[in-house]
Amino acid sequence: MSPHLRKTLVVVGHGMVGHRFVQAAIERGLTETHDVVVVGEEPRPAYDRVALTSFFEVGAKALSLLPAGRYDDPRVTLRTGAEVVAVSPRQRIVTLNTGEDLHYDELVLATGAYPFVPPVPGKDLDNVFVYRTIEDLEAIRKAARKARSGAVVGGGLLGLEAANALRQLGLETHVVELAPRLMAVQVDAAGGRTLSRHVEQLGLTVHTGAMTEAVLGTGKVTGMALKDRKSLDVDLVVFSAGIRPRDGLGRGADLAVAERGGILVDEHCRTSDEHIYAIGECAAPGGVMYGLVAPGYAMAEVVVDTLLGGAGTFTGADMSTKLKLLGVDVASFGDAHATTEGALELVYSDAVAGVYKKLVISEDGKQLLGGVLVGDASAYGILRPMLATATNPGIELPENPEDLILPTGRGLTDIGLPDAAQVCSCNDVTKADIVAAAAAGTTTRAGSTCGSCKVQTKRIIEDYYASQGEVVDRSICEHFPLTRQELLDVVAVHGYRSFDQVVEAHGTGRGCDVCKPAIASILASLLGGHVLDGSTRTLQDTNDAYLANIQRNGTYSVVPRIPGGEITPEGLIVIGEVARDFGLYTKITGGQRIDLFGARMEELPAIWRRLVDAGFESGHAYGKALRTVKSCVGSTWCRYGVQDSVGLAIDLELRYRGLRSPHKLKGGVSGCARECAEARGKDFGVIATEKGWNLYVGGNGGATPAHARLLAGDLDTETLVRYLDRFLMYYVRTADRLQRTAPWIDALDGGLDRVREVVVDDALGLGSELEAAMARHVGGYFDEWRATIDDPEKLARFVSFVNAPDVPDPHISFRDARGQIAPADVDGPVVLGSTIPVGAPR
Amino acid sequence: MTPVCRLDQIEVEGGVAALVDGVAVAIFRTHDGNVYAMSNYDPFSRASVLARGIVGDRGGTPFVASPMHKQAFDLRTGQCLDDAAVRVPTYDVRVDGGVVLVGPPQET
Repeated sequence: MSPHLRKTLVVVGHGMVGHRFVQAAIERGLTETHDVVVVGEEPRPAYDRVALTSFFEVGAKALSLLPAGRYDDPRVTLRTGAEVVAVSPRQRIVTLNTGEDLHYDELVLATGAYPFVPPVPGKDLDNVFVYRTIEDLEAIRKAARKARSGAVVGGGLLGLEAANALRQLGLETHVVELAPRLMAVQVDAAGGRTLSRHVEQLGLTVHTGAMTEAVLGTGKVTGMALKDRKSLDVDLVVFSAGIRPRDGLGRGADLAVAERGGILVDEHCRTSDEHIYAIGECAAPGGVMYGLVAPGYAMAEVVVDTLLGGAGTFTGADMSTKLKLLGVDVASFGDAHATTEGALELVYSDAVAGVYKKLVISEDGKQLLGGVLVGDASAYGILRPMLATATNPGIELPENPEDLILPTGRGLTDIGLPDAAQVCSCNDVTKADIVAAAAAGTTTRAGSTCGSCKVQTKRIIEDYYASQGEVVDRSICEHFPLTRQELLDVVAVHGYRSFDQVVEAHGTGRGCDVCKPAIASILASLLGGHVLDGSTRTLQDTNDAYLANIQRNGTYSVVPRIPGGEITPEGLIVIGEVARDFGLYTKITGGQRIDLFGARMEELPAIWRRLVDAGFESGHAYGKALRTVKSCVGSTWCRYGVQDSVGLAIDLELRYRGLRSPHKLKGGVSGCARECAEARGKDFGVIATEKGWNLYVGGNGGATPAHARLLAGDLDTETLVRYLDRFLMYYVRTADRLQRTAPWIDALDGGLDRVREVVVDDALGLGSELEAAMARHVGGYFDEWRATIDDPEKLARFVSFVNAPDVPDPHISFRDARGQIAPADVDGPVVLGSTIPVGAPR
Repeated sequence: MTPVCRLDQIEVEGGVAALVDGVAVAIFRTHDGNVYAMSNYDPFSRASVLARGIVGDRGGTPFVASPMHKQAFDLRTGQCLDDAAVRVPTYDVRVDGGVVLVGPPQET
């Protein structure tokens, strides 16, 4: 097409929907015939407003939807920081605040919405904010530095997001909601109560059924007056009580406007002027405004389609939502309030765990009409495509629909999704789209907006590859199609006590050197018991199997526990005598204890006997278990010390000794900020402060060192121990095999924040369960060495040869190195008399 | 053949070392009731330790994993499953009246 025939398309508004429109225009070839000029009022290109709260953590750059600052297509011009002040439909001109006029052939209004601020006295005081743009958040952050407390007016989606922001900024936070419950539009009364409990557990104060009468203060906010209630002392107020369409340009151009606001558009999103379209929150298709991003995206696609001559229409949108608010999963979909005639409700409620789930089903029990999920919305991805709407019959419910929401239910893993099922409602991506993209090696936008469909999308892609014979394998080994965490769950749920029970029910074959030690560790974590008991003996890895560490020549090293590194002269003498009498090499370890090397397997019980009689016990140096809690000398002796680090290290080491875990675990306690115990190089590190203890987690040495990061500060000892109990048990229960704490934290959805939610905020309500599990461990602890030397059956294995128990293994020999023994270097097997050599091929 | 121990001295899916004509032999008992004997010497680590390995199966093949560095050896043939060039000697083995008897190395 020759240039003079090109048309000009002006887009007003560069929010999420405006951006989506431009993307679609480029992708679908509209820019072949149209030059596109986008005018955005904000100082930066479109950003992810849905994730606005994460701005404090990730910054503006990470939220940007157009990090390059411009579109790849030269026919698109983006003008940010420019405001359109008038539209003249007759001349087809928009006027900018600079006075500049832009001609258009087609105009798309995507001006979004503005926050509604009720007309209460004091609403214009300093420190009254709304919650809509990055600039709003920057202003709130600045004010929060000098504030102690804040209130959010509005307990809906946005209000709770804003409350979370205030909480993250360290303010004592109030949520004031006019309706009798939080998220009144999306959840029912019981769901609202569950949500309130979660929110209050996080330390927020919820005031429902509370009407804001005035913001108090002179010049600046000092409080808030509530009708019939005590007023609140707050330093800042955020209004987040709903949004209103920004339809001013439309009104100014005499476009038809809906009764309750919003530019009235037809099913092609065309306004009353044939060359002007409106999309997103400023538009009111059929008189209704949609305050979610997904319908806005759908409208953007419809307009691009219309301009290309297509027949696409927008006839309404699914208002399903799934969100994580203040760490609490909330989902609402379809007829959540069961208003359909004859609708039945199925409810699962666990007040202790803070979980509420409701399904609304049709009278005949076959169709899913809606639902509410609070506290655990993992079923959303499966339920959402089953939903029956006016235009889509959904998927027929299984015979026992309660299985879909019961915690032990099988979920819908075995109920296939139809190809047409919409997986990503934000971007209107169906299962068929995802499969087609996987087949073509391309991608879809599924999961790129709110992220709630990620799990479902991942499963579909994995299923696709599986159908192609390329199995995406996350299972622990060939014997179990499960991860370590899943294995732990099935063992816990079914109460299995042996490998045989687990493999018969969930696996195949006879196991291997990967799954057996993993199951041994799981059984030890859940049941306690001796690792050398009965059938678990043969599951143990080399070192656990002999309660000692195998060395290069097949001998073992022995490490008695020296809690916190504190040892008496008598203790040192005993260790020295044992080493001397058994001819062992001795070395001080990095964990402040003493390692005795060169013990033959059959000597181990006698060595243990000597050590145990002198009051020592196993140091678990051989186990994927707690090793040591290292300490500096602390306030007892150190002139800088502020707390008794040795005392705490000993207490912690004795509390967690013997705890079996996915990988070895180490701790450290430093008595002051000089950090001489190198506690931040440990899985858990405690550093004394003037007021108590700072707790750091996720420090690892080894090949990929990591510094531990602060989990919580200035804790008293009791709280510290409680958090540590929870942290360690949470790790034991959810980490992968051989996954150390640092990569485990990184792999959690939400990372360290997630750990903090579970351990400190107790957002999952798991705290008491984790503490109880640790209490069982502490109460059930016994010394494995002593239990072995006291049990003839266990001792029977500690012989060099079953038929010659008194003959030492002739293959083991030592040389002298710096006055102690060292393994003799052997190039081949030791030949005895006339026997034939066995071993490595030459 | 040399009697070395009672069958019940070998745990199911466990192993013991025995001294047969001055040579360390590892004897294993699998879940299906079979008994196997192979050299106790791990040619990778050059230590006499195979009897202390974990016993299981790989795709149905019974194997022991060296306790040192986890290389797997087929209990029936001594063939290393991780390195086609490595094989450890196996021995004739029989259970008679509850007693395990080990014979000479098998020809390969």
